[in-house]
Amino acid sequence: MPAASPTPALRVTGLRKSYQDVVAVNGLDLEVRAGECFGLLGPNGAGKTTTVEICEGLTAPDSGEVELLGMHWSSDAKELRQRLGIQLQDTQLSEKLTVHETLRLFRSFFEQGPGADEAIALVQLEEKKNSRVGNLSGGQKQRLALACALVGDPDFLFLDEPTTGLDPQARRQLWELIEQFKSSGRTILLTTHYMDEAERLCERVAIMDNGKQIAFGTPRELINSICAEHLVAFSAGAKSQSLDLPALRKISGVRDVRSENGTVEMQVTELHLAVPSLLAELTRQNIPLTELSTHSATLEDVFVSLTGRHLRDE
Amino acid sequence: MLPLFFVFIWLNILQSPKAIQMSETTAIPEIRAREAEKKSPRGKTFAEHALVQLTIVRFLETLREPEALFWIFAFPILLAAGLGLAFRNKPAEVLKIATTSPALTQSLQQEKLLAVQQMDPYDAEEALRTGKIALLAVPGENGTVVYRYDDTNPEGRTARMLADRAVQQAAGRVDPVRASDQFMREPGSRYIDFLIPGLIGMNLMGSAIWGMGFTVVDARRKKLLKRLVATPMPKQYFLLAYLLSRILMLVLEVGIVLGFGAWIFHVPVRGSLLSLAVVCLLGSLAFSALGLLLASRAKTIEAASGLMNAVMLPMWIASGVFFSAQRFPDVVQPFIKALPLTAAIDALRANMLQGANLAQLAPQMGVLAAWMIVSFVLALKLFRWR
Repeated sequence: MPAASPTPALRVTGLRKSYQDVVAVNGLDLEVRAGECFGLLGPNGAGKTTTVEICEGLTAPDSGEVELLGMHWSSDAKELRQRLGIQLQDTQLSEKLTVHETLRLFRSFFEQGPGADEAIALVQLEEKKNSRVGNLSGGQKQRLALACALVGDPDFLFLDEPTTGLDPQARRQLWELIEQFKSSGRTILLTTHYMDEAERLCERVAIMDNGKQIAFGTPRELINSICAEHLVAFSAGAKSQSLDLPALRKISGVRDVRSENGTVEMQVTELHLAVPSLLAELTRQNIPLTELSTHSATLEDVFVSLTGRHLRDE
Repeated sequence: MLPLFFVFIWLNILQSPKAIQMSETTAIPEIRAREAEKKSPRGKTFAEHALVQLTIVRFLETLREPEALFWIFAFPILLAAGLGLAFRNKPAEVLKIATTSPALTQSLQQEKLLAVQQMDPYDAEEALRTGKIALLAVPGENGTVVYRYDDTNPEGRTARMLADRAVQQAAGRVDPVRASDQFMREPGSRYIDFLIPGLIGMNLMGSAIWGMGFTVVDARRKKLLKRLVATPMPKQYFLLAYLLSRILMLVLEVGIVLGFGAWIFHVPVRGSLLSLAVVCLLGSLAFSALGLLLASRAKTIEAASGLMNAVMLPMWIASGVFFSAQRFPDVVQPFIKALPLTAAIDALRANMLQGANLAQLAPQMGVLAAWMIVSFVLALKLFRWR
């Protein structure tokens, strides 16, 4: 699919899906452009996996429409299967088989694509080629899962939480592989609850919560939308009860202040002005500072500002 | 067509990386060349076909499961060896008896099938009571003889007949008719001949139901089934591959038990091997279908294993693996005959011991076919990929 085509690689309209008494997806619209890496973010239980599995043709929606590569699951399932690369959340491949045997098996399902050896080279598993899957590390297993998604030379790649549970080094290694695949001009839909992953890999993201899209745009646009470049967090120990929050809100350059479990978090536009004023104000209120930290705003802060909750602690 | 398929599978196993490593010094250039050829973009080779790959993978997985190999191959042989030894037909047994008088001892020693011991009365009573001797002969009044033995014990009754003959002959009895013996010790009527077909049947059932049930449920639990459905793999190939690899295993597992029985115990195979193969194949397919049905919904190994045991246990007991199913009351015979394991074992015994041909095995084949079709249709209706 050429990048200039007006048809999006994936278009989802009015998607709804309920399980018994839980509404997993509640009227979702999405559009993924050809050639981009699109991130679907949200906490666990936001409906990301259900959405992706509906797009992958594994789950039937209650209502709504999915158009993938200009085709529909109802009429073009066979053709679609050949053109998709899919990595599911926590699939355990057969432990008794070797890396090479596993890929040879998956390759046999597709009409075209790289051979098993080539796929192994793509994910840098050459040294483990003849190792049993059961003896691979978590990161190596995820790379094998990625290779299984790549053996069909897919036009569209679904990655459902590809780095969950991996150590930082293994995550970075997987990111590099995904970036390589991106540079070959194919489309990716990635779900994750790691905001740094989305910021690094995705051109555009949609944030989901409770089955709905609550924000949409490029990572930069979303960060800018909270109108604060920096976050300042401090802790006042035992005296935080007597803290005068409204006074803090009046400090120039401060956009918002919220207090949670004794820690105060402030969204700030001009760090160099806000911090000295904050220190002066705390001295005036006679509040001793036990901790102070600042960081640049991230997608995580976007989520917090939209929902009042953190992503990972649910 | 089937033998050809086996050859291809075998070739492919030889080409697996391990085999290449083993033959590193000799054949590597040729194999490399063949691998390179396979990668060429034109149509797929036989070995690259999805069905062939699925079958190979399934077969390799079974071979790499040491516990499964034990239950499929070693266990039936150990069982056959153990039971074959325990219930072997001993050469005509010598019965132990005792007397309390020297005169009786002398008369009874003429009978070669009796081992006579002279004891004092107290010890002799003790030996009889504890079953160390089958019979005690004591002199009665006026030159008579009294035999003390348990008449419900066949050994006691035999000892009574032998002892009395020896006593009467020693006293001068002459038999009016002269008789001589010819011994018939033909294989086919011993316990081991009865047991081997039973074990083959039990093995057919066990390996098919466990093999099918466990692996399907395990793959479902690990979401591997879901992952496979997300590829273009034709779904029927997945099930077909299970059956094909089952057939491969079948050749090995029946061959080993049968070969063991024939070699060590000279168990006969009087029917044609082809009919035997057909019976085994149909039996295995019927049990595989049953295994698939049992595994069609279960999401945990525990649930599946409970279900499989509940189905298999009654058949182990009722279907005549270790003793004839005829021993159960007549009322339940129709039910026992309708069990797939009974049908499989009856057919195997009729083939091996009586040399029955396929036409004579039609009723059992019918039972197996019915189980196969009904289970398979139900399994396809109920089967969940996730």
